[in-house]
Amino acid sequence: MAAEKRAYFPAGWLPYALVAPQLAITLVFFMWPASQTVWQSLLVEDAFGQNVQFVGLLNFRELFVDPYYLNSFKVTAVFSIVMTVGALLISLTLAACCDYLIRGAQVYQTLLIWPYAVAPVVAAVLWAFIFNPSVGILTYVLRGWFGVEWNHMLNANQAMTLIVIASGWKQISYNFLFFLAGMQAVPKSLIEAAAIDGAGPLRRFLTVVLPLISPTTFFLLVVNIVYAFFETFGVIDATTQGGPMQATQVLVYKVFHDGFKGGDLGGSAAQSVVLMVIVMTLTVVQFRYIERKVKY
Amino acid sequence: MIENRPGLRLFCHAMLLLSVATLAFPVWIAFVASTHTAERMLAVPIPLWPGSHMLDNYRTVLVEGVAGASTAPVSRMMFNSLVMALSIAVGKIVISLLSAFAIVYFRFPLRMVFFWMIFITLMLPVEVRIFPTYKVMADLHLINTYGGLILPLIASATATFLFRQFFMTIPDEMMEAARMDGAGAMRFFWDVVVPLSRTNMAALFVILFIYGWNQYLWPLLVTTDESMYTAVIGIKRMIPGGDASVDWNLVMSAAMLAMLPPALVVIVMQKWFVKGLVEQEK
Amino acid sequence: MAAVSIRDVYKSFGPVKVIQGISMEVGDGEFVVMVGPSGCGKSTLLRMIAGLESITSGEIAIGGRVVNKVEPKDRDIAMVFQNYALYPHKSVYDNMAYGLKIRGLPKAEIETLVQRAAATLELSQLLKRSPRELSGGQRQRVAMGRAIVRQPAVFLFDEPLSNLDAKLRVQMRAELQSLHRRLGTTTLYVTHDQVEAMTLAQRMLVMNQGRTEQIGAPLEVYTHPATTFVAGFIGSPPMNLIPGRIAADGAALVTGEGERVHLPRAVAALANREVLLGVRPEHLEACDEASALLRPQINFVELLGSDSLVYGYLGTDKRGVRLAARLHATSTQAHDGALPLRFESQHMHVFDPASGQRVEI
Repeated sequence: MAAEKRAYFPAGWLPYALVAPQLAITLVFFMWPASQTVWQSLLVEDAFGQNVQFVGLLNFRELFVDPYYLNSFKVTAVFSIVMTVGALLISLTLAACCDYLIRGAQVYQTLLIWPYAVAPVVAAVLWAFIFNPSVGILTYVLRGWFGVEWNHMLNANQAMTLIVIASGWKQISYNFLFFLAGMQAVPKSLIEAAAIDGAGPLRRFLTVVLPLISPTTFFLLVVNIVYAFFETFGVIDATTQGGPMQATQVLVYKVFHDGFKGGDLGGSAAQSVVLMVIVMTLTVVQFRYIERKVKY
Repeated sequence: MIENRPGLRLFCHAMLLLSVATLAFPVWIAFVASTHTAERMLAVPIPLWPGSHMLDNYRTVLVEGVAGASTAPVSRMMFNSLVMALSIAVGKIVISLLSAFAIVYFRFPLRMVFFWMIFITLMLPVEVRIFPTYKVMADLHLINTYGGLILPLIASATATFLFRQFFMTIPDEMMEAARMDGAGAMRFFWDVVVPLSRTNMAALFVILFIYGWNQYLWPLLVTTDESMYTAVIGIKRMIPGGDASVDWNLVMSAAMLAMLPPALVVIVMQKWFVKGLVEQEK
Repeated sequence: MAAVSIRDVYKSFGPVKVIQGISMEVGDGEFVVMVGPSGCGKSTLLRMIAGLESITSGEIAIGGRVVNKVEPKDRDIAMVFQNYALYPHKSVYDNMAYGLKIRGLPKAEIETLVQRAAATLELSQLLKRSPRELSGGQRQRVAMGRAIVRQPAVFLFDEPLSNLDAKLRVQMRAELQSLHRRLGTTTLYVTHDQVEAMTLAQRMLVMNQGRTEQIGAPLEVYTHPATTFVAGFIGSPPMNLIPGRIAADGAALVTGEGERVHLPRAVAALANREVLLGVRPEHLEACDEASALLRPQINFVELLGSDSLVYGYLGTDKRGVRLAARLHATSTQAHDGALPLRFESQHMHVFDPASGQRVEI
């Protein structure tokens, strides 16, 4: 990845001028705040920022014995795994179907990619409306046809279900795109050879296509998990606000809640740092894996 | 397709049609809701077919906002979203083109430092640096301004990285031929590199526009004045917590409007968008 | 038009020595081909002349002016790249006009120059097209047009025909020759294909591992190769090189296995010396037993129609000295078993086995 081009221009002041805008913005609005977060995680201060005290890793130690924090970890893990696995399985099936069909593939693709454009928050508002305890259409159906009472403001499992559906809904289309592209990149000759060897469509899919798109699968796995960790703040805020009773209090929501509403800047910063470590690890793992694939 | 299995084909079509319907379902419901009156929307079951109040609802929402939720007119909020999304998309593309060009086509000290710095910014989304960023914005008096909305979101160097990957694939001979033709660095950039990057720029524009339009957490923090709210924030705020009754018809009208511009961008630029998204993986 | 001087040029990439002391004087208007196997440094040398690579030590002069530190665009040269390097988003016309535009020439003048170059290369109908609509040969000509239009003192070609199919290559060789005759510009041409080198060059620079093997006109290099490398590189199939010791009377070569190859002319001066005897396959003639100088066992024959290539070995061990001969197709000899062959004395070459250098006899 740090390869170089053979052809290059002589340096002067020009390259510095070209990177200056990016550098300036990145330093001021990224590096500085990010390092501030790390610094703040090592402090304890009161709500007014008056009494500031360096406490080393105290915030972190407190975090990992805090039952609410550990609950958030569990909630986030459950949420991200269920959403990721669900979204991946469904989009994989859809992509396989679309890849199998020749006619109409393009049409389906157009019809299935637009949810990407919808904001997670808006998706959440829509699904919250559909599942609204009083006027939601699906609430009505569940009550009338299945005798199930739906109220995600009171029922923890239903709350989790709602946020999984609301978040996964648009991820399906994103994943679908990538899976389809990955499948279309599999050389036709391999599939034909398998067919000649006597493999039916399902077997071909499982033994030829699936292994060959594993880089795509891995990539999507990481992307979906990162999405679940971070970009779903709006979903939670629009539907359950972390409730009922912290049943949907994912880590990123807790950061916001503790810092903004709770005023605990040090603890919130420490949580942010933990999140940073998690996402950096995931990204590094992903790059390493793809790097190795690219080498071949 | 190799063998002829009508059963399997049927299954595939069924699955795909089912998914198309499922994906479209919430939007259909929203659309229907946006065409009825508020009272009709509180009666259970809600209607499944459009009503006749579409124009009324949209006009109300655009011009007056939703009274109960103390939000500005949706037209104002959509304008804010538009400014934000366009600035992020265009701003990020311009800055990244320049820095990617510099790190690929020049060798200068600090080049590798800069490169790794860019790489690090790929990893941390805005959500993990919200509070200090807020403080920086406050110090710079950028709260409740467009600058405040835009600047922290162009700070990550994802686009720079993507352009860098693309520039690495431009044959060296092209630069050498241009050099022989007498082109200097910026001339080469403008006459050759930028035209070659057209597809990438188009794809990135779509991705960044949607990213900017759909931002929630950061705009929530940095704007307190409702006239600076973006569309997605506005919609969420139209649903007060608790048992207060909600004008669902108006909320859904606003939601439809908020979904429209990004959806248009995706559909119109679908070809480049798909290409760009898939290239991004590599 | 200008002469090009390469004086004692060295080039290293870090610890790796790529060019090790090359010197050559290219005359004004001369067509010189730099030929050698992959990795011999010929492209690097060309790029140094172009100014795309720096010179570690030595001097390169164009038209009498030392250009070591001069930018490519100021060296009065034009280059045609192996993969053409056409600007894909510009039309053919704009591709050719780009350099002139940068130089600030008035539009009318650019128009004249481009039209003239296009006419020379039969591109006049294609000026509005974009490169992706052109065939390989057409793109090649556009690349050449881009070079011609600048009216440089020196043309530099970097393996321009490698990406074309065989038939097109033959055609383009003819076009290149006629172009050179018409324009008379000094030309430096790099290729790994010895056929291109032989047909196009007025003089050749044969390179190997960054060093000069031989400089000379094609026929000279063919008939008097200076080293075993040149002997094996020019000509196909390569020259037969038979190791052995010259007999005491200088009239035969005795191989390690004790086989005798009689020489058409005695070389008493080399008696008892270890040498490599060189004869080109095309110079071996079938003959009767009495006049035979050597009798290799034949084990493989390729019938080409116009002639036949026979492959065999000297002696009884199949792993012994291998030989190839190009014989006339209508020779009616049995091609199995021992084949009597002879050759003329002017087609005999002797090389020193240790240094690879030619020994004059």
